[in-house]
Amino acid sequence: MSREARAAVLFLTPALVVLGVFFFIPVIAGFALSVTDFDLYSIGDIRNLRFIALRNYVAVLRSEIFFWTAFVNTLYFALVGGPLTVAASLGAALLVNAKAAKFKPLFRTVYFAPVVTTLVAVGIVFRFLYHPRFGIINRALEGIGLQPVDFLSDPRWAMPAIILVAVWKNFGYNMIIFIAGLQNIPDELYEAARIDGAGEWKQFRHVTLPMLGPTFLFVGIVTAIGYLQLFAEPYVMTHGGPLNRTLSAVMLMYQEGFKWWRMGYAAAIAFLLFLVIAAATALQMRMQERR
Amino acid sequence: MKKVLLHAALIAGGLLTLFPLLWMVAASFMSRGEATTYPPHVLPHAPTLAQYRELFVRLQIGRAFLSSTTIAVVTTLVSLLFNSMAGYAFAKLRFRGRERTFGLLLAALVIPAQVGMLPLFLLMKTLGLVNTYWGVIIPSLASVFGIFLIRQFMLSIPQELLEAARIDGAGELRIYWSVVMPLARPILATLAIFTFMASWNDFMWPLIVLSDQSRYTLPVSLANLLGEHAQDVELMMAGSVVTVLPVLALFLFLQRYYIAGLMAGSVKG
Repeated sequence: MSREARAAVLFLTPALVVLGVFFFIPVIAGFALSVTDFDLYSIGDIRNLRFIALRNYVAVLRSEIFFWTAFVNTLYFALVGGPLTVAASLGAALLVNAKAAKFKPLFRTVYFAPVVTTLVAVGIVFRFLYHPRFGIINRALEGIGLQPVDFLSDPRWAMPAIILVAVWKNFGYNMIIFIAGLQNIPDELYEAARIDGAGEWKQFRHVTLPMLGPTFLFVGIVTAIGYLQLFAEPYVMTHGGPLNRTLSAVMLMYQEGFKWWRMGYAAAIAFLLFLVIAAATALQMRMQERR
Repeated sequence: MKKVLLHAALIAGGLLTLFPLLWMVAASFMSRGEATTYPPHVLPHAPTLAQYRELFVRLQIGRAFLSSTTIAVVTTLVSLLFNSMAGYAFAKLRFRGRERTFGLLLAALVIPAQVGMLPLFLLMKTLGLVNTYWGVIIPSLASVFGIFLIRQFMLSIPQELLEAARIDGAGELRIYWSVVMPLARPILATLAIFTFMASWNDFMWPLIVLSDQSRYTLPVSLANLLGEHAQDVELMMAGSVVTVLPVLALFLFLQRYYIAGLMAGSVKG
């Protein structure tokens, strides 16, 4: 082995051991776990463990709670919250990046601030902002002549309320990436469009949007992966309620696995979620290629 | 006119963004019950530190603060070392299977952490690391994202620099530590902030691994506090301030590195 190769082994070992032992092996073991009936009795005595093939998957897919509630809730959150977040990010990026805008760094910092905050803490803050009687949001609704809404206890409003928190918390992250994307668009393209008589809307539609294609792909994939793992917001804001309307796939996995110790069943949920995430990523890449 | 509209939109957006954070701070200085009076007011009538006193003296949130700090600092320092070593090897050392190994790592970015969490917990239990700081720290001691970020940066370090050091008789460890690391300072700063914040804000894994209240991190502690004190709005807001303020301050002081790193991670990726 060459001197460099020997050095490489030395340099790679710590990181690869950590990733191998504490990430890759658990992921593979997770799949193995999902085809067993691992539960509380197996924790007590591993001899109670039995291979049950795909029975966990069948149970998960047949059960009302997982498939029709947690799974649909998670998709709702990702499919509505994701595009809203991306739209808010793009809007903020266009505003901050506008030529005429002053104090750009200040606004950029302000819009980015929610990204670095702790999800659990802001979930708790919004719990109180949504309070039907004392929350500022309801007072504002009342101010414009609307009836107050008990957002987090209303089955129709609980998920939209959580989506709003997610948009607020995350739009700044994508905004920064959009700003980088916008700054990479050469000025000549806009000049050429102007010479052809394109107004601002046409320039946006035919220059800005197409040129941001790769940025949309990146932002879309990162947002989808993150949003399909929804957990902390419902955990502190609604506990998955009301009527399980905000129960997410990860929350269900947590409850089944770490509260009831039905780990084989929970592992099947985790793997189905992984399949959804992989499909969402592949789908977005395919859509981008076609354009 | 257009300029006025633009700035009106910018300011309105800014106020909407900041409002929840400002309200959190304001309510944390209110006396008990003040945030739940009707009609609600935004600023405390007589600002008080009573909620903070309650948090730190009676509820001992200082312990959670210390747990969070210990875990985040150790995670950041050690993972910075591990990730930079691996990133350096992938960027600058020639060995067989380099690209394939790196590609495999990148593909793992789409695997959600939850997939491995159940077996990881059982592994931690076998190792006796459940309910210890190490149980929280160890799985974060290396990250694909960190290795990727370092590698991208180190690709731009000229190979001649390393060859010159080799000709001068420097060993490989020495080249890494005295030649490469000083040049990588900006990206190390970026990754340090990322790691610290991710560790500080992490919720699910510490929630699973730590069972003893005295070892809880701030987010876990806060979620736990909510169980008994959901009605004490002012107290919960003080707890949120204690949790959010350190990372927010860190971001404000070091945002130059943070935002640069974000852009590097996305554009080159």
